[in-house]
Amino acid sequence: MKELICIICPKGCHLKVDEENGCAVTGNGCARGAEYGKKEITDPTRVITSTVGITGGIYSRCPVKTDRPIPKKLIGDAMELLRGLEITSPVKTGDVVVSDILGTGANFVATRDM
Amino acid sequence: MTEKYYDVAVIGGGPAGLAAAVSACEHGAAKVLVIERDKVVGGILNQCIHNGFGLHYFKEELTGPEYAGRFAEMVRNTAAEVVTGTMVLGIDTPESGPVIRCVSREDGYREYRAGAVVLCMGCRERTRGAIAIPGDRPSGVMTAGTAQRYVNMEGYMIGRRIVILGSGDIGLIMARRMTLEGAKVLACVELCPYSNGLNRNIVQCLEDYGIPLYLSHTVTGVHGRGRLERVTVSRVDDKRRPVEGTAFDIECDTLLLSVGLIPENEITRDAGIEIDRRTNGPTVYENMMTTRPGVFACGNVVHVHDLVDFVTAESMRAGAAAAEYAAGKRVSGRVIKLVNGEGVNYTVPQMIRPDNAGKVTEVFFRTNIPRKKSVIRVMSGDTQIASFRREYMAPGEMEKIPLPRVLLDRAGDTVTVSVEPAGEAADRA
Ligand SMILES: Cc1cc2nc3c(=O)[nH]c(=O)nc-3n(C[C@H](O)[C@H](O)[C@H](O)COP(=O)(O)OP(=O)(O)OC[C@H]3O[C@@H](n4cnc5c(N)ncnc54)[C@H](O)[C@@H]3O)c2cc1C
Ligand code: SF4
Repeated sequence: MKELICIICPKGCHLKVDEENGCAVTGNGCARGAEYGKKEITDPTRVITSTVGITGGIYSRCPVKTDRPIPKKLIGDAMELLRGLEITSPVKTGDVVVSDILGTGANFVATRDM
Repeated sequence: MTEKYYDVAVIGGGPAGLAAAVSACEHGAAKVLVIERDKVVGGILNQCIHNGFGLHYFKEELTGPEYAGRFAEMVRNTAAEVVTGTMVLGIDTPESGPVIRCVSREDGYREYRAGAVVLCMGCRERTRGAIAIPGDRPSGVMTAGTAQRYVNMEGYMIGRRIVILGSGDIGLIMARRMTLEGAKVLACVELCPYSNGLNRNIVQCLEDYGIPLYLSHTVTGVHGRGRLERVTVSRVDDKRRPVEGTAFDIECDTLLLSVGLIPENEITRDAGIEIDRRTNGPTVYENMMTTRPGVFACGNVVHVHDLVDFVTAESMRAGAAAAEYAAGKRVSGRVIKLVNGEGVNYTVPQMIRPDNAGKVTEVFFRTNIPRKKSVIRVMSGDTQIASFRREYMAPGEMEKIPLPRVLLDRAGDTVTVSVEPAGEAADRA
C-alpha cells in the first residue's frame, strides 16, 4: 500500500494505492484521482524545466523544457545532458536544444526567443 | 518639453500590463503605450522558467517565458507601442487628465499625457528586514525570487547547502530548482502549521526530492562571519512564539527567504490613491478603476495572485474600462461596498456599481485559514443574497465567486462576504 497526495485539484485527497491489487486507488474524491494514483505508482513522469548557457543573448541563460513528460527516474541523467551545454543566439521558442533525451523520444526545447 | 498623448498608458509590462494593453486596443483605444523599466517585457514570468502557467487561459501548460512570449506577440500584433528601459517615477492627475513622469537612460526625463492610466507594477518580495530574523548579517541570505533571477537568467550558482524559510510557491519552486542544479536543499521551514504553497508544488518540489518540510518552525538565528555558516531553527507554539528547548542548527551557506510578496505601490500612494491595508493594493471598483477617476489597476499591484491566468482576466477588464474611459465614458450610480465578514481576509473589487456591473461581477477573495467543507455567504443586512459551497479552501488559493446583477440590484449599500463551516461537516472537521 502506497500513500500519496493527489495533485490534480486543490482539494489534495490522500490516496492509498494498493500495488498488490492492480493499483486499486482509495481515498480519491473523484475519478481523476484514481487515474493519477495509478499512473504515479506504475509510471511516474515529469516535465523538466531548466536552463542552458547562451552566447549573444540578452541574458546568459536560455530557459528550456522537455517537450513531453519523461520518466521521473531519468531526471538526474537528463539534467546531466544540459550541464556545460552552450547554445548561440538567436533561438526561437520551440527550437530543439537536445534531441531524443536518453532514448525517450522527448526533446529539450527552448522556451523563449533569444 | 514634448508631451506625447496616448489614450491609454500602461505602467509595467508584465502579464498584467500586456493583457491590459491588448484589451485596450481591442476596445477602441487608438494610441496605447506600455512603459517597462526592465530591458524586456514579461515581468516576473521571465524568471519563472517552470511550467504550470496558462492552464485556464490557453488550456495548456506553459512555462513562464512561454506565457509572456505569447502575450508579447499579441501586443506586437496591435498598434500599441512599448518602451522598455524606462522607469515611471510618478503620476499626476490634474483635471486635464493624467500625466506620467518617467526617466530612461537614452532619453532622460520625459512626460506623457494620457486619457487613462493602468497601473501594472506587480509586487516585490518581503525582505529579511521586513521580518527581522535575529543574528549576524552574513552574505548568503537572500529572497527566493532574487535567487531565482540569479540562477535562471544570469546563471550564477548561489550556494551549495541551502535552507529555505517559508513554504510559499516561490520557495518550493526554488527548492527543486537548486536541487536540480546540484545543490543540497536541507530543509524548508514554515512558520504556519500548513504550507501556503500549492499541493502540486509540495509533492513535485519537496517530496520528489526528499526535502523535509518543517511546519510550525521558524529560523531563530543566523550565524556566520562573511558568509553564512549555519542557521538555528526552532519549533513555534500556536501563537507563533519559539518554544524553548526545541532549537537545532543546520549547517548551510545559503538561506532563501520566501516569506511573501507586497504589491509595489509607491507610485499609487504618492498620487494619493486610496490603498486597502488588507491587500496593500489600491481599492478598486468592479471595472478595476481606483478611487482616482481615470486611473485603473490590475494584476499583482492590486492583490497578490497565485495564478497568472487570473491576472490576465482581471487585466483584460481593466484595459477595456481604461479604453472606454479615455473615449469619454463615465460611470455613475449607486455604489455597493463589499465588507469582509468572518473568515474573509479581503475582497477585490472592494466596491461595485451595479449599473456598470454587467450580468455578473466576479469577486476574488482569500480565506484566513485552511478549511474543509465550507459555505461562502453573501449577505445584505440580514438577507442572504447568495451562497456557495466549497469542499476545500486555503489562504494560499484565491477564491472566486460570481455575483449576478439581479442579486446586486436587490442588495443594500453594503454587502458582507463571509465563510463558515458547512452544517454537518463542522462536527467532523
Ligand atoms: C516567483 C513566482 C512564481 C510564480 N509561479 C506561478 C505559477 O507557477 N503559475 C502561475 O499561474 N502563476 C505563478 N506566479 C504568479 C504570476 O506569475 C504573477 O501573478 C504575475 O506574473 C503577476 O503579473 P503582473 O504583471 O501583475 O506583475 P509582474 O510580472 O511583477 O510585472 C510587473 C512589471 O512592472 C514593471 N514595473 C514595476 N514598477 C515599474 C515602474 N515604476 N516603471 C516601469 N515599470 C515598472 C516591472 O519591471 C515588471 O515588468 C508566480 C509569481 C512569482 C513571483
Ligand atoms: S481525487 Fe479528485 S477531488 Fe481529490 S484531489 Fe484528486 S482530483 Fe481533486
